Amino acid sequence: MSFKENMNLYSKGDKAFVYLNMFLIAMFTASTLYPFIYVASLSFSLGDAVTAGKVFLTPVDFTVAAYEMVVFDPAFWTSYRNTFIYTVGGTLTSLLFIIPCAYALSRPQLAGRKYWNMMIAFTMWFNAGMIPFFLNMRDLGLLDSYFGIIIGFACNAFNIILLRNFFEAVPASFEEAARMDGANDFQVLWQVFIPLAKPAIATITLFCIVSRWNGFFWAMILLRDEEKIPLQVYLRQIITQLSDDDTFASSLITSAYSFETVSSAIMVLSIIPVLLVYPWVQKSFNKGIMLGGVKE
Amino acid sequence: MEDINHSLSTPEPMLLVKSRRVVKHLRKEWQLYLMLLPTIIWFIVFLYKPMYGLQIAFKDYSVFKGITSSPWVGLEHFYTLFNNDQFIRAIQNTVMISGASLIFGFPIPIILALMFNEIINPKFKKTAQTIVYLPHFISAVIIAGIVITAFAPSTGVINLMLNAMGFDSVYFLTKPEWFRTIFVGTGIWQEAGFGSIVFLAAVAGVSPSLYESAVVDGASRFQMMYKITIPCILPTILIMLIIKIGNILEVGFEMIIMLYQPATYETADVISTFIYRQGLQAAQYDLAAAAGLFNAVIAFLLVITANTISKRVSKTSLW
Repeated sequence: MSFKENMNLYSKGDKAFVYLNMFLIAMFTASTLYPFIYVASLSFSLGDAVTAGKVFLTPVDFTVAAYEMVVFDPAFWTSYRNTFIYTVGGTLTSLLFIIPCAYALSRPQLAGRKYWNMMIAFTMWFNAGMIPFFLNMRDLGLLDSYFGIIIGFACNAFNIILLRNFFEAVPASFEEAARMDGANDFQVLWQVFIPLAKPAIATITLFCIVSRWNGFFWAMILLRDEEKIPLQVYLRQIITQLSDDDTFASSLITSAYSFETVSSAIMVLSIIPVLLVYPWVQKSFNKGIMLGGVKE
Repeated sequence: MEDINHSLSTPEPMLLVKSRRVVKHLRKEWQLYLMLLPTIIWFIVFLYKPMYGLQIAFKDYSVFKGITSSPWVGLEHFYTLFNNDQFIRAIQNTVMISGASLIFGFPIPIILALMFNEIINPKFKKTAQTIVYLPHFISAVIIAGIVITAFAPSTGVINLMLNAMGFDSVYFLTKPEWFRTIFVGTGIWQEAGFGSIVFLAAVAGVSPSLYESAVVDGASRFQMMYKITIPCILPTILIMLIIKIGNILEVGFEMIIMLYQPATYETADVISTFIYRQGLQAAQYDLAAAAGLFNAVIAFLLVITANTISKRVSKTSLW
C-alpha cells in the first residue's frame, strides 16, 4: 500500500497529527544536519567573509583556499596516515583477538567457561581507571609507540560477549557436519562459524573502525612524538589554539582563509571517511544486532 | 615403609587419575585453549595488572621506587581529597551535569521513537533516521570543534544571530554559567537520535493485534500512541532509566576536556577531568589514582544496584 492510499484511510484529525509529526521530525532532522552544513560552508567560504560574519548557511565567496592550506601542510598528511595505521592495524588486531576468543568461550567443552566469562565481563563494571592504566602502559614501554596504541586497546568485553552470544546461537548440527569431515576447531571456526556470523563480525569491525578513527584521548596522552599523532589529536591542537590563543588565530588570517575556514576544512576532511563507512554501519545496526547482542 | 606407602597410596591414584584426565582433555581440546589464551593474557596485562597498580592510591608513589616498593600511607590521599574543594566541586559538577543530561536528555529519545513510529512514508523515515543517528559516530574533537566555531564571539553563528536580534556578543565558552547548558545541549543533539533506537525496537515489538482492535473501536492515532504504545514500552523505559541512573558518574569527559578552560572549571570540572589534570598533567599519580578508585567503586556499586533492580523489573538481566 502506497503512502497516499494509506493516508486516505485516515480521519481529518489523524491526518493533521501525521503531518504535524512529519513536520516536527523534519525540523529535528534539519537541526541535526545544520551544524555539519555550517562547518562545510565555512570551509568553502572566503576568510574575509567569515571574519566579517557573513556565513550562516551556504558558502560565501566560494573558494577552496582553506583546503589548499590544509593539503599543503605535511603535518596533516602525517596525522592522516597515522590514523589509517591505527584504524587498520587496530581493527585487524581486535578481530584476531576477539573472534577466536569468542569461539572458545561459546564451546561447552571448554573447562571453566563460567570463570573465563566472569573475568571478561567484570571489566565492563570495574576498571582501574586512567592513572593505573597510564602507569602500566609506561611500565610496559608502550608510550610513544604505534604498537602501544594498537595493542593497548585491542579487546573489550562488550565485543567479545556480543560475538560469543552470536556463536552460541549457531545450531550444533552445523558443527557436527564439519566434525564428521574431520575438521579441527580452527577449521570449524573458519569454515562454519565465521561465515555464519558475518553480520555480527561486520558490526564489530565497523564499530572498531569508527572508535579507532574517532579516538583521541589516549593518543593525546600516550604519544609525544608529533610524527606519530593521529588526525584527531592534530585537529585538537588546531582547535585548542583557536580557542586559547587569539594572537595565533589572528596571525593565520589572510584575506583568502581564516582560522575558522582552515579548522573547518580539517573537520570536513576527517568526517568524510566516517561518512564513507556510515551506510554499512547503519545497515548493521538496523538489523538490531547491537541490541540483541549483550545478554548473559 | 609399608605404612607410609599405604597412607600415600590412597590419594595418589586419585590425583593421577585427575591429572591424567586433565592431560587427556587438553590433548583433545588444546586448540580451544590456544584460541582463548591471547585474549586472557591481554585482559591480565592491560586491565587486571592496572588493578594491582591501584594500590598506589594507598601509597606514597615514587616513580623511582615503583608501585610495589613505594611506602604505604593508608588513607592519607583520601583525607586530602575530601578536604580538597576542587575534588568536592568535581563530584558536585559530575552529579549536576549527569543529572541535567538525564532529566533533559532522557525523554527526548523516547519521544523521537514514538514520532518515528508515526511516520508512514518509509523513505522519509529512513532518511530522517540516517541523519539523526549520524552525530553519534562523529568524534568528540569534531563535535567540540563545531561547538567552538559556532559559539565563537565574533564569527560564530550563535553570536551573529544574537547580534542580528540586537543583542551583544557573548563569549559563551568562557562563561561558567553557560557551560552546563552548552555541554548538555550538545550531548542531547549528538545522542538523542541514536538513543531512540532501543525504544524503536521496543515499539516494533508491540503486538499489531492491539492496534487492530483499537482501530475497530475507532481510536485516533494519538490515542493509540498514548494508550497502547507508551504502556507497552514502559518496561523498556524503566530499564533504560535505571541503567542511566546507574551510569550517572559517567560523563563524556573527552568533550569536557575539549570545551572547558580555567575560566569555566567552576562548573565544568568533573571527577574524570580532575583526575586527568591532577594525574596526567600535574603527575600526582597517587592522589589521582585515589580519586579514580573512589569513582570506580561508587560507579561499580551503582551499576550493580541498577542491574539488580532492572533484573527485578524485567525478570531478565540486561547484561
